[in-house]
Parts: sequence; C-alpha cells; structure tokens
Amino acid sequence: MAAIANNMIVTAPTPPTAANVTALAVRNLSVFFGDNHVLKGVSLDIAARAVTAIIGPSGCGKSTFLRALNRMHELVPEARMTGEIRLFGDDIYAPGIEPVIVRRRVGMVFQKSNPFPTMSITDNVTVGLRLNGLRDRKLLAGRTEQSLRMAALWDEVKDRLHAPAISLSGGQQQRLCIARALAVQPEVLLMDEPASALDPLATSKIEDLILELKKDYTIVIVTHNMQQAARMSDFTAFFYLGDLVEFDATKKIFTSPAKKQTEDYVTGRFG
Amino acid sequence: MTAPNHNWRKFKNALMQAVTLACAILVVTPLVLVFYHLVKEGFSSINWAFFTQLPKSVGESGGGMANAIVGTFILLGQAAVLGVPIGVLGGVFLSEYGSSRLNWWVRFTADVLNGVPSITWGMVVYALVVVPMKGFSALAGGIVLGLMIIPLVMRTTEEVLQLVPNGYREAAFALGIAKWRTIVQIVMRTALKGIVTGVLLALARVAGETAPLLFTAFGNHFWTHKLTDPISALPLQIFAYAISPYDDWHRQAWAGALVLLLLVLFVNAGVRVLTRDRFKRNA
Amino acid sequence: MNEQVSNQPAALRARGGSHFGDRAFKWLTLLMALSVFALIVLIGYELAHGSKLALQKFGWHFLVSSDWDPVNEQFGAVPFIFGTLVSSAIALLIAVPISIATAVYLTELAPLWLRQPLTMFIELLAAVPSVILGLWGIFVMVPWLRDHLFPWLQKTLGFLPLFQGPIYGVSMLSAGIILAIMIVPIITSISREILRSVPGLQREAAYALGATRWEVTRIAVLSYAKKGLFGAVILGLGRALGETMAVLMVSGNGMRVSWSLFAPVSTLATGIAGQFTEATEDTYISALFELGLVLLGVTVLVNALAQLLLKTFAGPGVKPQQ
Repeated sequence: MAAIANNMIVTAPTPPTAANVTALAVRNLSVFFGDNHVLKGVSLDIAARAVTAIIGPSGCGKSTFLRALNRMHELVPEARMTGEIRLFGDDIYAPGIEPVIVRRRVGMVFQKSNPFPTMSITDNVTVGLRLNGLRDRKLLAGRTEQSLRMAALWDEVKDRLHAPAISLSGGQQQRLCIARALAVQPEVLLMDEPASALDPLATSKIEDLILELKKDYTIVIVTHNMQQAARMSDFTAFFYLGDLVEFDATKKIFTSPAKKQTEDYVTGRFG
Repeated sequence: MTAPNHNWRKFKNALMQAVTLACAILVVTPLVLVFYHLVKEGFSSINWAFFTQLPKSVGESGGGMANAIVGTFILLGQAAVLGVPIGVLGGVFLSEYGSSRLNWWVRFTADVLNGVPSITWGMVVYALVVVPMKGFSALAGGIVLGLMIIPLVMRTTEEVLQLVPNGYREAAFALGIAKWRTIVQIVMRTALKGIVTGVLLALARVAGETAPLLFTAFGNHFWTHKLTDPISALPLQIFAYAISPYDDWHRQAWAGALVLLLLVLFVNAGVRVLTRDRFKRNA
Repeated sequence: MNEQVSNQPAALRARGGSHFGDRAFKWLTLLMALSVFALIVLIGYELAHGSKLALQKFGWHFLVSSDWDPVNEQFGAVPFIFGTLVSSAIALLIAVPISIATAVYLTELAPLWLRQPLTMFIELLAAVPSVILGLWGIFVMVPWLRDHLFPWLQKTLGFLPLFQGPIYGVSMLSAGIILAIMIVPIITSISREILRSVPGLQREAAYALGATRWEVTRIAVLSYAKKGLFGAVILGLGRALGETMAVLMVSGNGMRVSWSLFAPVSTLATGIAGQFTEATEDTYISALFELGLVLLGVTVLVNALAQLLLKTFAGPGVKPQQ
C-alpha cells in the first residue's frame, strides 16, 4: 500500500497468477420489480481482465443484469433479487455487506455522461475518493493524473484541470466519467451503452480506450451495437426476455452460435 | 358562404380581446399608482438622516427610521436561523426520502400553513413566548417570522432538488458514495443557487409582514440593545406613523414604505433574473 | 477478505459505516419535515387554549350575537364575521372576472413579446407588502373614493340600502376594493398557470372546427380548466379572509353590522389587530383569541379546499403557492 501511495504513476493492479480467473460468478440470478420477473435464473462466469459484452433486444434485461452486479437495482423501491453473485469469491449480497462497499469495488459508467456540474475536471475525478475520506493532496493529484491518462483524456485537459467539467465536449465528458470511475480503483468496470450517445469519432476513441483498459480491468459492457460487441469483447452473453440464451467466446457467438435464437439476433433477423 | 352569425362572432371575438386587454391594464394600474405616490410623497423625505437617526419625539420634525431598518434586519436574521435549517432539511426529506403518501400529507399541510393568516401566527407566538417572558421582545418577533418561513422554504427547497437530474445521484451511488453524502455534497450543492433564492424570497416575503409583529416585536422608538427587549421594524414603523395624526410622520411613513418596497422588489426581481440565467446556461 | 487483486488503499476498503450516517440523516430530515404537522397542531392548540375562557362563558352565543361591548364584557362575533364575509365577497366579485380575463389575455391573446414582462410585473404586485397598500389606501384611495366614487354611487344607486348612509371614506366598500387589489395578482398567476397547462390538442380541435380565437378560449380552454380556475379563486378567497393590515387601514373599525357599504366595518383579522394591545383583562383577551380561532378555522378549511382542487386538477407544472 505504501508503495502505491508514494508512486505517482502506477499502471496496474498486480496481475492474478492463474490464467482463467473468474471476476464475477453469477449463479441463478433472478430479479423482480414488484411482480415483474425481469431476469430469470441467469448463471454465468465473467472472466477477469477481459471484456464481456451483454447483447440483446430492448427489454431483454441487460441493463438490469448489469445493475445487479453492483447492487444499483436496489435504488428502485420494489426491486428484489434471488441467487448469488460472488466478486472474486466474496458474496456481494451477503447480509451485512453494504451496497456502498460493493460499488467501490465494482464501478459503473452510464449511457449519458453525467459529470457533476458544479465541480471542476479534477474535482470530478477525485470526488469518489474525497467523499470517502481520502484527503492526502499528493495522492489525489497523482491519482487524478493516473486516471485521466488511463481514460486517454490527460493530454487534452492537463492545462485546464480546474475548468468546469461541463465545459468539455460530449465525448470528453464521457471519458471524464470513465476517469472518475477508475479513480476509485475498482476491480470491475461496468459500462451501460457508454458510447451510444456519442458521435462516431468519440465512439471509436472510447472503444480504443476499452481495449487498453482490459489489460488491467475486468469490463462488462452492455451494448445494442453488435458490431461494437464483435470488435471489442472477448466473451458475449445474449439475453432475450430475461433469459440468458447463450454465453460463449465472442468469436463463437458471432460465427457459429449454438442456438438458433442467437443466430437470428446476430444476423439481424429480429431485434 | 358565411354563416349568418359570422359577423356577430367576429364582433364578440374583437370585443373579448378588448375586454381582456382592459382587465390586464386594470390589474397593472394599482401597482403603478402605488409606486407613483410612494415616489412622489416619500422620495423627498429620504435623506441621510432617514437612514441614520432615530425617530424624534412627537411634534419635532426630522429624525429617521434607522432603528426600524436595523430592526427589520435583526428580525430577518433570527428568522433565518430558525426557519432555514428546518425548512431546507424538511425539503430534502420531501425530495429524497419518504413515501408518496406521507409526502403528500406533508406538502398539503405545508401549503395549508402557507395560507394561515399572519395575525394568527402572531397570536400563537404571543401565547408561547410573550406571555411567559412577560413582555414583547425581538426574540418573539424573530420566532414568529422564522416559523412563518418554514413551510415556504420547505416547498421551494423540494422543488429545486427535484430539478436536479437523477443521473447525478446515480453516478454518485455508482462511485460508492453514501446516500447522505450524495444528497448533501452532490445534490444540494448542484441545487444550491435555487435553495438560496428560495430562502431569499421567503425572507423578502416576511420582511413586509406587520400583523404578526404587532404583539410580538411590538415596536420601539429607540435602539434595541437586548433581544429580550421590544424592537422596531420597518413595516411596524410605517403603520404606526400612517395612523398617527402628524403630517411629518406621514411623510416619513411614505419614505419608509418606499424603502421597504424597493427592498422587497429588488430581491424578488433580482432572484427571478438569476434563476432565468441558470436555466439558459444549462439548456 | 480475499487475497486477490485489489490495490485500493486499505482505508477505502474497510470504510463502511455509511449506514449510521444514512440513518441519522434520514431521521433528521424526517423530523424537520414533520415539523409542519407540529406547527399546525400548535396553532390550533394555542388558539383553542386561549379561547377557553370565552368559550366557557359565551358558548354558541359568541357566534350569533352582534353585541361587542368590551366595557360590559359582552362579546358577540357577528360584526366581525359579517365584515369578513362581506368584504371578501365584494373582493371576489371585483377580482375574479378581472383576474381570469387577465389570465386569458396573458395566455391566449397577448402578443408574445409582452407575455413574460407582464406576467413578471403582476407577480411583483403580489409581493407588495400589505402595509404599503394600506398606506396608499388611507392617503390616496380612500379620499378619492370619498370625494368622487362614493357620492356618485349614492346619487345614482342611492335607492338601494347598500348605498345609503353617511360617507366617511373608510368603509366596507373600501375594504372590499383594497382586498380585490391584493388578491387579483394571485388569482391571475395561478389561473395563468392553469390555462397554460391545458393541452394544445384541445385548442387545435376547436380551431379545426372554425372557431374564432375567443370561442376557442371559451370552449376548449376555460371549460377544460374550470376546476383549476375554481381552485385559484378559492385560494384568492383564502388570502382575502386573512388579510389584516391594508384592510385595517381603510375599513374604519366599525363594530356594528350595517347594510350600508359606506359604513365602517371590522373583520375578524382587523378586530384582533386593532384591539389586542388594548385588551387588558382576561375575558377580553380570550374573546379575541376566539375570534382568531374562528378565523383560523375558516381559512384552514378554505385553503384546504383550494389545495385539493388545485392538486387534483393541475399537473406538475402548477405551483399552488402564494
């Protein structure tokens, strides 16, 4: 820990030794909103330091699945879940585990970029750290630079770190949100259609970024853009009406899927 | 081929347009007249002495309303200390917590409270504070104004917090920030301007209240040195002078009214200009 | 904890404890929100408590006797109730047509560049303190009424008992007029919001039938908004019932019921304001508290009715606030 504090630029958490480590083990996950059975008995293993794409037509439960991974679905009053999710072996729904703690280990980036409007760029990056008690200025500054570099934004903003965050363009704001999420040094990064609100140039920057990030982070990305999923992800999960229809290596899903439903979807016959 | 009553309908249309315009002019006229007379009668009496001197005794000319002006600010300060924390935090509850049923009742009660006549507020605080203290006091005046602003501030705070997009709350939760910190340091901070303007509007509203002060603060011809003494306030002084038989005091009443009106209008208009700017920027 | 990858500073990982902060904050804000219930109960209780003496001594008689005689300790509230009701009725009669017509003008008929400034101007009128209007009332309005309008009314309509009797200037009619001036802005503002919330589809349907602008307003807008407009009017009534200072300064503080609109009059609010500091002994004070209790009861009922009407009609765009 001390090494990290003194070393301003640290590139990565120490790599796991095993080749196939499971970051998130999902077993029989079901989510209900009131009487509405939104996710039905989903089980899969999300591999560490890889990109897992979640695809499927609207209303299939992909966003709900994503939010169950960091307990964000609990913000909806009538939400209930059954099943188990283990983050590197820890049961994140165990009684006594506060959602707040889970969310520091599993970060999230949203579809619509939402940097806090009253704060500067640098304050936005460090807000997750500051509001959880970290005050060491040097550490914060170092972490700011590190996160902004990882989000491929440092060069563009290093001269105006104290400018208001909302003065950035849409694509830059989204990268700022990524930097903000990374600053807390989560183990897993969840992304809910992160580029769907951006123009193609900004989108490709985000995609390049994700490919860089996966060297150090586990990434789960929800996307409705199948080409994007095919380009970027190592594994793909196809959801339909709350069921996990198929989950496999991306190459296999897109070239020789096992289920006909999957094939119909990825070839564009529906959805 | 026009219908037989076509001309009659056209005439009615034009007539109603004229009538509604006339009504609009009628509505605007009293404010224009009031302002005109305030300036005409009161402007000449506004001088340095008005702002710095105490009232002179009956019969002597000159003097000012310095103690009334200061008194108003002292009362507003107390009102803010009492009413702002309760009102703002209550508004936070309405916006961020609670069930829809409970919140409906709270809002309903707050809105009904806003309609309670100000003189009954005065009677209540008279019974609660003046009687046990055996005398009128600045404290009682501050308390009554503070109680009056609670439902006002609560509703305006709730409204501006509701305007903060939910995306910010979600982003903060996703970072693992605790709910109370999210509310205080993200949501309230984003809405801060709106909260402040709501407070200012509420204070401007009670700054002009006379009835509740009649038997709490009571008024004072001299400087008030202790909060337990009666205190003068601008509206109280205006009222006392207006119903007096002395011309000189009448003139001072006009001057005081002009000052009070300018103060109230300045805050109201200023606040509206500020909030318009905010929406334009975020558009 | 596991021994897997995580390089978050130890402090960050171990720090839970938000649970206490969250709960404490939630309870704190809940308590503050509940203060409104405490306040309304407090007001009711204090007024009831203060009226106990008078309630015991006079009972129902208080509400039906018109004999208000502090010297002989006889207290009947009828003059004040009469004054309140009639002055408010006059105010509504004058204010409602003018306010709604103005609201119609603002939303349907005024040129676009005029709408915002005019609306803002009217909202500023609502912010004028009561005592300032009263000041203007005493020194400008009342003399003018006394010297011009009232004699004219007596000349032309003097066959009605309403317009008979000596003219002082301060009177029931002056009170009604000043109340009208005070409630016009609020009825106009809320009516305007209500008219604006009428869906465009309603108007389009009427236009498509070949209706003139006024007919569109009458058929599609006003009848659709009836409930909300009624709520606005009731809200204005609630404000008129409780108005004190301006009315106190132009009403003349009469203590007797009279048919003449030119007679001096008192309302529940002005009766309290005018006599409170002079009331020395307990029955007198208690009688004034009972006036306050009656006033509170009436205004709370009227305001509750107005709020219900506005809340059940209006969408989220209308603020039923003063």
